[in-house]
Amino acid sequence: MTWFASPSEAVTRLRQTGYLSDDAIATSVFLAGVLQKPLLAEGPAGVGKTQLAKAIAEATGSDLVRLQCYEGLDEARALYEWNYKKQLLRIQADDDAWDDIFAEEFLLERPLLKAIRSDRPTVLLIDETDKADVEVEGLLLEILSDFQVTIPELGTITATRRPFVVLTSNATRELSEALKRRCLYLHLDYPTPERERDIVLAQVPGIAETVAEQLARTAATLRALELKKSPSIAETVDWAHTLLALGREVLDEQTVSETLGVVLKHHSDQQRAAKELGLR
Amino acid sequence: MIDRHIGFVHALRETGLPVSLAEGLDAANALRHLDLADRQTLREAYAATLVKRPQHREGFDVLFDLWFPSTTQGPPKHRDDDPEDLRTELAGLLAGDPGRPEFRAFAQAMVERFGQVQAGPGRQSWFSFPVMRALSPQTLIARLLGERGGLPEKIARQRVTTNIAAFEAAVAADVRRRIAEEQGRERITRSAVKPPIDRRDFLRVTKAELAEMRREIHPLARRLATRLSMKHKKGDRGRLDFRRTVRASLQSGGVPLTTHLKPRRPHKPELVVLTDASDSVAGFAQFTLLLTFALREQFTKVRAFAFVDTVDEITKYFAPGTDVLDAITRMTTEADISRFGRTDYGHVLRTFEERHASALTPKTSLLILGDARSNYQPPNTEILKRLTEKVRHAYWLNPEPREQWDTGDSVASGYAAIISMHECRNVHQLAALIENTDVGG
Repeated sequence: MTWFASPSEAVTRLRQTGYLSDDAIATSVFLAGVLQKPLLAEGPAGVGKTQLAKAIAEATGSDLVRLQCYEGLDEARALYEWNYKKQLLRIQADDDAWDDIFAEEFLLERPLLKAIRSDRPTVLLIDETDKADVEVEGLLLEILSDFQVTIPELGTITATRRPFVVLTSNATRELSEALKRRCLYLHLDYPTPERERDIVLAQVPGIAETVAEQLARTAATLRALELKKSPSIAETVDWAHTLLALGREVLDEQTVSETLGVVLKHHSDQQRAAKELGLR
Repeated sequence: MIDRHIGFVHALRETGLPVSLAEGLDAANALRHLDLADRQTLREAYAATLVKRPQHREGFDVLFDLWFPSTTQGPPKHRDDDPEDLRTELAGLLAGDPGRPEFRAFAQAMVERFGQVQAGPGRQSWFSFPVMRALSPQTLIARLLGERGGLPEKIARQRVTTNIAAFEAAVAADVRRRIAEEQGRERITRSAVKPPIDRRDFLRVTKAELAEMRREIHPLARRLATRLSMKHKKGDRGRLDFRRTVRASLQSGGVPLTTHLKPRRPHKPELVVLTDASDSVAGFAQFTLLLTFALREQFTKVRAFAFVDTVDEITKYFAPGTDVLDAITRMTTEADISRFGRTDYGHVLRTFEERHASALTPKTSLLILGDARSNYQPPNTEILKRLTEKVRHAYWLNPEPREQWDTGDSVASGYAAIISMHECRNVHQLAALIENTDVGG
């Protein structure tokens, strides 16, 4: 199946779902589709990495299967598990059942296996890959390069229809070279003020264009300061919602200093911003 | 096309980008599916398949512009208007969106007009500085700001400075393109690409690069902290956790099939940092200090001392939640670290032993940061020896390249005989050191 016909088609279809892309995003999404390779999106928190996967699923009308990574994630929760309670019951009920307790009906599907066996078009989102232990990467290698899973008792299961795989990472640690080599790489960063203005306009209906412009410019100014945590796109959007709720028509100094807590979440960052921007 | 592709991949490798054979093939494969006339798509396709680290992107873009120069605009229009009119035009562009094609076209026309300089007898070459000098965009800022004071001015200023940087980059790119046209791509490849930020020498960074490095601190600290805590976990299992084992055995009918162990309590060392704050190593010392404090959660206690020719404790300036830049300014103005302003390691070690020896205990790791250049004063190595004997681990990080140790007034190897001294010239080496030595555990 072809996911997108060209990069420009990817732009239009993603835009229909409310996701504004740029050249880099559109090209790598398109390539991930035609080359059937996983897409690794890396970047700071809140720039729309997870949102990208959701938008792809919506734009192509596919199912979204999500695997949230965390420390201590293992095979049993990522890939598959045997339903041992059911197996025990079967053995107790029927003494000759030893042979057929490793069958389909005792298999518990976990996200990875589910995405591979699905016969509908599927987007597999492996979220925050950097949070998982290094061993999980090894597990992912077989799946991401050949789209197959080996279950010792059943044999190898190969994908009938290759899912569109999106991995996200906040870069809290370097992912292994082996994993990166198998993926297309997309670095998502804070957007240009022009693009951020359009995002705010698309995400927050009812906001005035001048306010959106001011918000985007102010966010860019804040990001240029040396802060512990720069405001993310998600936070700029929250900021827009806040202004809308407060009924402010213009983003002046008074408003900024009152609502700074929406975008800056460290006390020292707020103090620094107040000092540098000349707020009270 | 194939030749160009292979040449490009080779050039990338030559400048230090690790491109594997498989990745090169991926890129070639991607080209089959693309409209090659669309330069921006081509650039992103190469980036997606070959560049897997954000630090490498800058160098990649420079090389891409050399290998696949934009040809769509045709020859730039020759401009011989009055420089003052050109400045007005530039001001107009700087107030707008730098993504527009006119912006780049103007930069190219300006290089054509001002960029050519006599480089030697009978030789002409292209440079960016005459362009920037003729137009001096910095002096346009005042004209462009319009609104004065407070927030609107800050925002306008931020916008203009980013656009000026974009203009400078466009000029530099066009200069490189012209040089490549005249002298061949291969010649310029090596000089055009700067090493990525984590490989740049601490002692040679510019102010802007230092700011960029400081921005890297928190991600770096977070990454190191994860690595260090993972190191603790691995194979580090303590005694049987009876309660959890019995609880788990209920699943298997009371038979304890799996045993659970208590995680061993992580060892958290105390850290004493002694740092050279003299101007010669200021960038390095600042960066390392900040990193140590960012890593605070890994240590039960961090105490920092700074010195030029006498030593003072600076821990209080780096209290949690304080602003990084404030801390550094306060440290340099308030702390008593300098008498005559010339580094004197011997005297510093003596004062440290007299006043602050109690900071060192058998649980402490001692970290000394400095270039070991003591202005020909006695090095007092025996004091350093006494200090290192008091602590659990002692390390010396030297920002100078190893070849320069012991040249001039450096007494590096005299100290290196007593304490393990490491070359630490860039962020990359620093990160490798923290991961591989047991400073953190």
